Amino acid sequence: MTDAIVEVKGVGKVYDNGVEALRDVNLAFPEGQLSTLLGPSGCGKTTLLKIIAGLIPHNAGEVWVKGKKVDGPGPERAFVFQDFALLPWADVLRNVAFGLELRGVPRPEREEVARKYIAEVGLKGFEHRPPNQLSGGMRQRVGLARALTVDADIILMDEPFSSVDEQTRRKFQEDLLDLLRHHQKTVIFVTHSIEEAAYLSDQIALLSPRPGTVSKIVRPAVDRSRSPDEIRRDRGYLDTVDDIWHILRQYV
Amino acid sequence: MLLSLLVWAALWEAVGQAKLSSIVPPFSSVVEAAIEIAPTEKFRNAAIITLRSFALGMGLALAIGIPLGVAMARLKGVGRLLGMWVNIFVSAPISALVPILMAVVGIGETTVVVTVFLFAVFVIILDTQVGVTHADRSLVEMARSFGARRHQLYTKVLLLSALPEILAGVRLGAIRGVKGVVIGQLLVAIIGVGELFELYSNHFLMEEFWALVVVVFLFAFAVSEAIAALERRVEYYAASR
Amino acid sequence: MTGISGQRAWQLASFVFFFGLWELAGRWPVSAAFPPFSTTFLALVEMLRDGSLGKAYLITAQPLGIGIALCGAAGIGFGIGMGLSRTVEWLSLPIFIILQAAPMAAIIPLLTYMYGIGLTSKVLAVIMLAAPVIVMNSYKGIRNTPPSLLQMCRSFQGTRRQEVVKIVLPHAAALIFTGLRLGLAMGFIGIVIAELLITPTGIGDLITYNSSVADYPKMFAAIASIVAVAAISLHLLERLERRLFPRD
Repeated sequence: MTDAIVEVKGVGKVYDNGVEALRDVNLAFPEGQLSTLLGPSGCGKTTLLKIIAGLIPHNAGEVWVKGKKVDGPGPERAFVFQDFALLPWADVLRNVAFGLELRGVPRPEREEVARKYIAEVGLKGFEHRPPNQLSGGMRQRVGLARALTVDADIILMDEPFSSVDEQTRRKFQEDLLDLLRHHQKTVIFVTHSIEEAAYLSDQIALLSPRPGTVSKIVRPAVDRSRSPDEIRRDRGYLDTVDDIWHILRQYV
Repeated sequence: MLLSLLVWAALWEAVGQAKLSSIVPPFSSVVEAAIEIAPTEKFRNAAIITLRSFALGMGLALAIGIPLGVAMARLKGVGRLLGMWVNIFVSAPISALVPILMAVVGIGETTVVVTVFLFAVFVIILDTQVGVTHADRSLVEMARSFGARRHQLYTKVLLLSALPEILAGVRLGAIRGVKGVVIGQLLVAIIGVGELFELYSNHFLMEEFWALVVVVFLFAFAVSEAIAALERRVEYYAASR
Repeated sequence: MTGISGQRAWQLASFVFFFGLWELAGRWPVSAAFPPFSTTFLALVEMLRDGSLGKAYLITAQPLGIGIALCGAAGIGFGIGMGLSRTVEWLSLPIFIILQAAPMAAIIPLLTYMYGIGLTSKVLAVIMLAAPVIVMNSYKGIRNTPPSLLQMCRSFQGTRRQEVVKIVLPHAAALIFTGLRLGLAMGFIGIVIAELLITPTGIGDLITYNSSVADYPKMFAAIASIVAVAAISLHLLERLERRLFPRD
């Protein structure tokens, strides 16, 4: 097993209204792999992801990223939002370059980087469109490109495909795997879809609800060198989906 | 819309020509009167004083209202301390405060400026606060996750995100500001178009009176439409929220 | 953590803050004509006890009440007509759009000339200020009926009459009520201007008289009372509105 790039140790979270979202969560995320946080709604998976991102404070435990303890956002992590979080008044180009803009990178430079990633996520030609002229799938590609431009080692994705229709979602999943193989990123991915988790992940952490805690870690035995359609018919893939369903059904 | 207004103008003309009412002169003589008084020194001075009071009062209302609205949205204590009072004064009869201003500030232009300010400022505060409070939370999180500093959060996300509401507040504030300048000048009674209104009605100069009414109404409408046009330009991003 | 008691505490703090600031400004003093809160409050109590405030409100309430009642009946009726008939809409919408933005107070001097200084002028002043917002809200209420509800009614072979009575009007009721509340707010502004400008009566008389004899605490008390009366009645109407027409 490779070294963990992100480690969560004994993390707990109680919201101001008294709801305990997470209790004693311990997880290690291996470098260069795609790990999924999977569980039913309300199990605190998004909360955990945002704690790792440093967007919300935790009450107990520690988060370690690249050997350093963190309690705020940092340049080695980039976030992809469930609702895309695109600036509605800015075009695609400015949205993708926004992370670099905040860092004070001069305009020609940051736009050059942004153009490269816009092309990579397949949005060439849409640079000057405002977000409201894009479909949900295209908007999320903008969100992904924005996360890639800042060249973070770790990409945090919060249910990125949940507001995208099913066909787009499949295509996007395939493209995502391609891109990540290319860029050697560590990805932490939140989803409530068992199929999505089994299809994408090297490691799946199953969370049980109220308070959220890790109930099991699954490492799907899926041969990723095969084509997407073959994977979706793969024995290991189907077994993983089945196993996870048997564990999760007790929480529903 | 223009056609419909023309129908009304024709109706006005007919009522005036038929001499149905002593206070309604034909529309054509009102237009004539407007052309006649426009170049006079008296009208020009009144217009300048009125526009100046309006501009100063509005400027003050923007300079204080927008930052205060932002502060109320972002700082819990400020919002809770002032929220009730802003809500009271946004619909309170501000006209009742003019006698206080006349007693404290004196009878003059300053009183009118402060009246405009008081008429306009509360709705600007309120709408700015609403806009910033409802600024997309995930945009704020996004900016933070990319390491935005405090001032970047305000200049690059919060204010732009609240722009539609702020502009709506500015438009409502400007409409109220025009009402404030007229009411203030009427109550103070010795300056600007307020003085002219009193003068014309006291001397039964109906053509001139109505000419002034038309001019002032059109000015109010033009101000509100100009800001509404700005609003329409930023509308597209309210839709995608 | 911040429940009802926390809210109450902030409300109290809010009062203390505002009145404290007023007190300080009065004691500093900002101007000889700016009495502190405590003095104003005592003057208010005195005016309540000697009955002058009560009498003034009885007088002020008449033109305000008559004006809003007339305006409510006619304005809502007209607004509904504008919403239902394309012809009425075409003819009157532009006028009301302009009137809504216009400083109607400008016409008050003319009212005095035409109708003298009596009740009629003051009622008309209230109506002029309150009418545009009442008409426009009724109109918008009718116009905002969701098309899907209308289609639903038609799909069940509802007549135009049923459409209006069972769908359009109930749906518009909330906005019409809001219009009445905003109209009352404008009515307060109108009655104050009328009573200050046309001829001092009621609360306007209290303000003008005490100002002319330089009894500033009483003048401030009268002004504070009308602001408070307006704020409280509008607040109560807003609560009633939420009770009658819960949102979502």
